[in-house]
Amino acid sequence: MPGSTRGWRINRGRFRPWLRFLRRYPLGAGGAAVVVVMVLAGLAAEWVAPGDPVAANFGAMFNAPNRAHWFGTDAFGRDVLSRIIFGARTALVIGFGSSLLGATIGGAIGVASAYFGGITDLLVQRLVDIVISFPIIVVAMAIVAIIGVGTDKLVVAIALSFLPRAERVVRSSALSVREMAYVEAARALGCSHGRIIRRHMAPNVLAPYLVMLTSFLGQAILLEASLSFLGLGISEPTPAWGLMLRGAAVDFVQRAPWMAIFPGLAISIAVLAFNVFGDALRDAFDPRLRT
Amino acid sequence: MTRYIITRFLLMVPTLLAVGVLIFVLVRVVPGDIVALRLVLGGSFVTPQVIEAERARLGLNKSMWAQFSEWMTGMLRLDLGRSMWSGEPVASEIGLRLQLSLELAVIATAIATAIAIPMGTLAAVYRGRWVDQVIQVISVAGLSVPSFWLGILMILFLLSVFNYLPPLVFTPLWQDPKANLAQLIWPALAVGYRYSAVATRMTRSALLEVLREDYVRTASAKGLATGIILRKHALPNALMPVVTVIGLEFAFLIGGLVVTEQVFNLNGIGKLIVDAIAQRDYTLIQGLMLLVAVGYILVNFLVDLLYAWIDPRVAYQ
Amino acid sequence: MSTFRPSHAPRKWMRAGAILLLVGLLVVGTLVVPGAAQQQPRRGGTLNYVVTAEPPSFDGHRETTFALLHPIKPHYNLLVKFDTRNFPKVVPDLAESWTVSRDGMTWTFKIRQGVKFHDGSTLTSRDIKATFDRITFPPEGVVSVRQAVYQGVKAIDAPDPQTVVFRLKWAVPSFLEKLASPFNWVYKAEILARDQRWYERNVMGTGPFRFVEYTRGARWVGRRFDDYFERGKPYLDGYNALFIRTRSAMMAALRSGQALIEFRGVSPEERDELTRALGDRIQVQEAPWSCNLIISFNTKKKPFDDVRVRRALTLALDRWGGSRALSQIAFVGPVGGIMRPGSEFAISDADLVKLAGYGRDIQQARTQARGLLREAGVPEGFRFVLHNRDVSMPYEHVGIFALDQWRQIGLNVAHVQAETAKYLADLRAGTYDAAVDFACDYVDDPDIQLAKFVSSDVSPVNYGGYIDRQLDLMYFQQSRTADKAARLRVVRQFEKRLLNDQAYAIYVLWWQRIIPHWRKLQGYKTTTNHYVEPDLAEYWLTED
Repeated sequence: MPGSTRGWRINRGRFRPWLRFLRRYPLGAGGAAVVVVMVLAGLAAEWVAPGDPVAANFGAMFNAPNRAHWFGTDAFGRDVLSRIIFGARTALVIGFGSSLLGATIGGAIGVASAYFGGITDLLVQRLVDIVISFPIIVVAMAIVAIIGVGTDKLVVAIALSFLPRAERVVRSSALSVREMAYVEAARALGCSHGRIIRRHMAPNVLAPYLVMLTSFLGQAILLEASLSFLGLGISEPTPAWGLMLRGAAVDFVQRAPWMAIFPGLAISIAVLAFNVFGDALRDAFDPRLRT
Repeated sequence: MTRYIITRFLLMVPTLLAVGVLIFVLVRVVPGDIVALRLVLGGSFVTPQVIEAERARLGLNKSMWAQFSEWMTGMLRLDLGRSMWSGEPVASEIGLRLQLSLELAVIATAIATAIAIPMGTLAAVYRGRWVDQVIQVISVAGLSVPSFWLGILMILFLLSVFNYLPPLVFTPLWQDPKANLAQLIWPALAVGYRYSAVATRMTRSALLEVLREDYVRTASAKGLATGIILRKHALPNALMPVVTVIGLEFAFLIGGLVVTEQVFNLNGIGKLIVDAIAQRDYTLIQGLMLLVAVGYILVNFLVDLLYAWIDPRVAYQ
Repeated sequence: MSTFRPSHAPRKWMRAGAILLLVGLLVVGTLVVPGAAQQQPRRGGTLNYVVTAEPPSFDGHRETTFALLHPIKPHYNLLVKFDTRNFPKVVPDLAESWTVSRDGMTWTFKIRQGVKFHDGSTLTSRDIKATFDRITFPPEGVVSVRQAVYQGVKAIDAPDPQTVVFRLKWAVPSFLEKLASPFNWVYKAEILARDQRWYERNVMGTGPFRFVEYTRGARWVGRRFDDYFERGKPYLDGYNALFIRTRSAMMAALRSGQALIEFRGVSPEERDELTRALGDRIQVQEAPWSCNLIISFNTKKKPFDDVRVRRALTLALDRWGGSRALSQIAFVGPVGGIMRPGSEFAISDADLVKLAGYGRDIQQARTQARGLLREAGVPEGFRFVLHNRDVSMPYEHVGIFALDQWRQIGLNVAHVQAETAKYLADLRAGTYDAAVDFACDYVDDPDIQLAKFVSSDVSPVNYGGYIDRQLDLMYFQQSRTADKAARLRVVRQFEKRLLNDQAYAIYVLWWQRIIPHWRKLQGYKTTTNHYVEPDLAEYWLTED
């Protein structure tokens, strides 16, 4: 195969698909770049952030953006920029955590349901029908009411909210695979269920799964923002973008607009990056949409 | 065809029943007690006897099964019971807010559709060109921006630039259309942006699918003007998935606008849901969830019907 | 014939002088008389005000929230009431005078003549008796939330239509103040006889305003009751209580004049924003508030069962510094002990600084705290959770403050702001480490404020889970002592044991009431709590 990666030589062949992606989907590549920046900032927050995101400084409340505080300070005198950078970490933890959890579990159920068919499929579909009929925010609120607040609990709550939709998407993709000839052949050959699911069905639903994952990432961040805004998400003083929009940011929006503008921008840019990247990914995977 | 309708309709019933059971159980699993909330908070003299008396009044001391059968029998009479918090019939509590939520949903839908269909069409027709790119970016941004943040910015803008504040208290449309619209137009815009983004993307992709069809290519090769192709062939066929999406979004707007209603101080279904859950008002929560589920299922049902009507093959699967 | 007018110069001057004098008088008159009229209450106008929550029912005997009082109170009268201009003086309302027997166990009230209900019927002592019977001895199916306050009442008699007699089991101190609770609305006996629960969703009172309509989520409307027993009052034609839930919307309503006042209180920032926007048109009144924030420790959980740990936690809080800082962004401020600073039973500043956590030298207090923690074996960086409500003002602020303070003695405290239902459930179930709690009362009386802290098997709202018979004894003592000085001594002992020796629960800060309102609204005076307001019969609007 051309482009073997033996040794440490950088082989252009391996990178060719990536470069192609970059050239054809500049927007998507831009989105990916923003995501990378976000991840780096979140990981290295302690070094990147200019100030302490948590320590209250009652002498510097509601300061407009200035040299010391590029994004100004909030109602407790905390540096908004630092809180946004640390907030990236919270957003990523929640975003990735809940998306992976929700998409994977939901996807697994979807594949299994599609594969086994029959009564199991019917029952699972009815159950999913029920949960899907509620707006995600309402489902998330209900779950939070049951299990409580906190970062880890929030991850679980959002993951569970995404589960039915993940199940639906993966199932419809898995259904089409099930009819494929090689699956029939594998059955005929006596392969076990597990083996068939793992080796034949799962890889083929990978593409929609990945696209769905990127869309979940964006939605998870939006959902966390909404829940925190309602007071059902992260608690003070942990920096989280949705939490920063709550309370004083809204009440004093005329006096200190930077408190509301910057966190909202952060959310929008992050979700935009994920969405744009996801779109590009979907276009790249979908052969029909290639010119 | 009639069999299809009847089957679909009958399928709704067990789903609704299952929804009812699920909600009933879930709502009682949640920790928190409406009586405590009502009486204990801030009051120092509430004795356990008082609390027990109140619980008995609300029927909370009966067994789960008794409560459930009471609710179910009420449902058969189309009586949703009374709110545990206010004592008013659940139906009237909901009906009051439904007015606002429905109106908001209608206005937002109108705005979204008016924007989405032209924009989506443009994007599809000029695919790949800068018009398409711009429209796509605007649409994706619409999906990414939190609509409640948009609402906050909108209020900031109105206050800072025009020193204008929308009316804070709801007046029904027939009473005072100006005040009514002055209040609802802003949240409708904030919500409508995201709504139109979803609809635009769907219009674009649906239209792209249709434009690739053979008969469209033939018509184009024959020299038929693009406008006529769009109007007579492409759009009507592309409309189905778009209508589906619009329908689903509309159903979502009843009850899904939890955060936007907070920002604009609207007395809608979203706010009622937040309040009912916060107050652990079991009967009200049950009624609300049922409403949301029914709305969603109803919309799905109607869309299915529409599909079957447009493409009769669907009915015979 | 030509008209002939004799020209009398002196008469011409006299006439001019008279006209000048008249004009002068008129000018002075128009300047002075309205000025004088400004001081006189003007009849007319509708008052719009904001209420930030909605009443769950319409029954005053059943609820504890201001959301009920603010819109519905104007429809009712009390037996005796607090004078909002001279708080906490108790003045006649439906009772025009009263006498108390020498042993303090029999209170006789003379009821006014000619008081009418809104439906035209006349009020008699029968209605008073029926009302207080309901409050003190609630019948089956009726919830009287403050029943325990009146457990000293043996019986209530109405020997004649203008007399009501309360016979007590013991000489209840501050009995008058207890009767004057703003929730003790007088209902109509005939209606109560027919349906004890009628008042939960209906209104029929003797108050200065009659009920017009209630639109859920929008407004509560009242109109002047022309047959009100106080002649000439109310001055207002009517009122609209607007239900506006979010603070930004409330501020917007005040700023635009859609509402003239909100009777609970705003934060200092909000006050500043209004004064900045409206300048002269707005007037701000401030008063101490009978509300406080407490932190309660779960004494059933390690290490909070160790009194050294609890004392360390209270020592670490810089209350004086916190008061200065937080009073700029939240409506908290006064530093005090168990009774509201400035009230009758409050501790003196000299004694206050001797209690743990109230000293002026915070560095020394913190060192002491660290020492106590070490002694108790609590490691550096020990982690626990502070439970709080998800309400921003002022719970969040105080929560963050406490966290910050405890960080400085080496503790790692997490903050969980749960929605109220869950927070309350955790509190009552005792599944928390430390929790922010609060108390708001309509009067500063030890009977009411101290009741929270007696043993958990006695007090239903003691969330700390401790049993302390000494506190129980002291509470019982002060609630049976009519002698004010003796009572004061017992209250001080109670306070010292609770806050200093045992620190089961600690007071962080008391609240500060800030009420900005349009100058158009006259006759309003801010009191120390938001339960005895609004006193709509006293308010009037200036011309505009």
